[in-house]
Amino acid sequence: MTAMASGDVPRFARGVRFRFDEVRGRWVLLSPEHLSLPDEHAVAVLQLVDGERTVADIAEMLARRFEAPAGMILADVLAMLDGLRAQGRVAR
Amino acid sequence: MSLLAELTHRCPLSCPYCSNPLTLDAPAGELSTAEWCDLFDQAAALGVLQLHLSGGEPMARRDLPALVSHAARAGLYTNLITSGVHLTADRARELAAAGLDHLQLSFQHADAAEADRIGGMRGAHGRKLEAAAHARAAGIPLTVNLVVHRQNIGAIAAVAAMAAALGAGRLEVAHVQYYGWGLLNRASLLPDAAELAAATAAVEAARAAHAGRMLIDYVTPDYHADRPKPCMGGWGRRFLNITPSGRALPCHAAETIPGLDFPSVRDQALAAIWRDDPAFHRFRGTEWMPDTCRSCDRRELDWGGCRCQALALAGDAAAMDPVCGRSDRHHVVRAAVADRPGLPPPFRYRQAPGRVAAGG
Repeated sequence: MTAMASGDVPRFARGVRFRFDEVRGRWVLLSPEHLSLPDEHAVAVLQLVDGERTVADIAEMLARRFEAPAGMILADVLAMLDGLRAQGRVAR
Repeated sequence: MSLLAELTHRCPLSCPYCSNPLTLDAPAGELSTAEWCDLFDQAAALGVLQLHLSGGEPMARRDLPALVSHAARAGLYTNLITSGVHLTADRARELAAAGLDHLQLSFQHADAAEADRIGGMRGAHGRKLEAAAHARAAGIPLTVNLVVHRQNIGAIAAVAAMAAALGAGRLEVAHVQYYGWGLLNRASLLPDAAELAAATAAVEAARAAHAGRMLIDYVTPDYHADRPKPCMGGWGRRFLNITPSGRALPCHAAETIPGLDFPSVRDQALAAIWRDDPAFHRFRGTEWMPDTCRSCDRRELDWGGCRCQALALAGDAAAMDPVCGRSDRHHVVRAAVADRPGLPPPFRYRQAPGRVAAGG
């Protein structure tokens, strides 16, 4: 399997749900036997995963929002999404 | 935090490693639809995120779509753990519409005759294949579950291929856990070291063969280990089991432990049970541990292993888990593997709730 690329369109894998948990006051990523509590950077990325935007689109939006160098953001976003792809939480 | 709801002990199959207790709850005592729905609301408010709807066969409950729908509205991630033999196309669509997030379908083998023999139900395998197709057609994400033991351990590659062909996104290969029915049938189920090594290699090969299309989770048998598993992630730490009649347990086998009185959700609020009940405190954390465990640097990794296993193999639920190489009872585990009969004896199958079966 090749790693996530900037032109890929990420989406949550089948059976994976990303939602805000009122009890904990934070975002959670749920699948049948796994639960993770993404940190704030990951949450910012995952909130933009909609099955339509490319990784490059997401990185560009975040670079604008945080006024950060686009290249650096893109590398971070790719690494994070590729990690979730390897775990089967994110597909493309 | 997750909650396993054993909606009923009724089941048309009678797998010889069933996780239900030897004495099954009668249908008449099952929680009502309203009682389950209220419990799901309480669970969500307590911080439970994942709800596993199990049994017995949860589809034996006619109100299952209503339960799924209520749980989904409460914000719970809903996972249906089923044999699939009652899953028609209509019921799959109904469950999908109710908001079911995921379905875990059990298989006993890739060969129909062997699968039906192990599960104790003629025709079950064929119906499971149809169930998988119905689930996928309804858009429900699918995990295929295979409980492995010495009588199907050679079928892992075939089951993986079958699961992939059925459109499963995930395959769970889990070795039998030896409590209750599994313990009763241990001689018929326990693999030896060579069989285990072959199974582990087969899982690795299947992972490579299906990479990127199907995830494979593998739960190894701890009779072959020197360190215990972190059973339930620790007693009363992140898991609750509710029996069909509403008793709250820290694990599904906990009722085998004498001297513990488990509370009913009919009498007490779930939050009070979780927070205050003495049975939930009995083995919570590290204070209860024998000295060897409490001074061990793995105490917050394995939480002392499994209490039901300590009871079953060392005769004392508060003893070290005998799977641990530091336990003075570790030889009992070694002996169970070494003394395994060359040929598996016939299975002892469960029958309808209320009766304990022998023979078969």
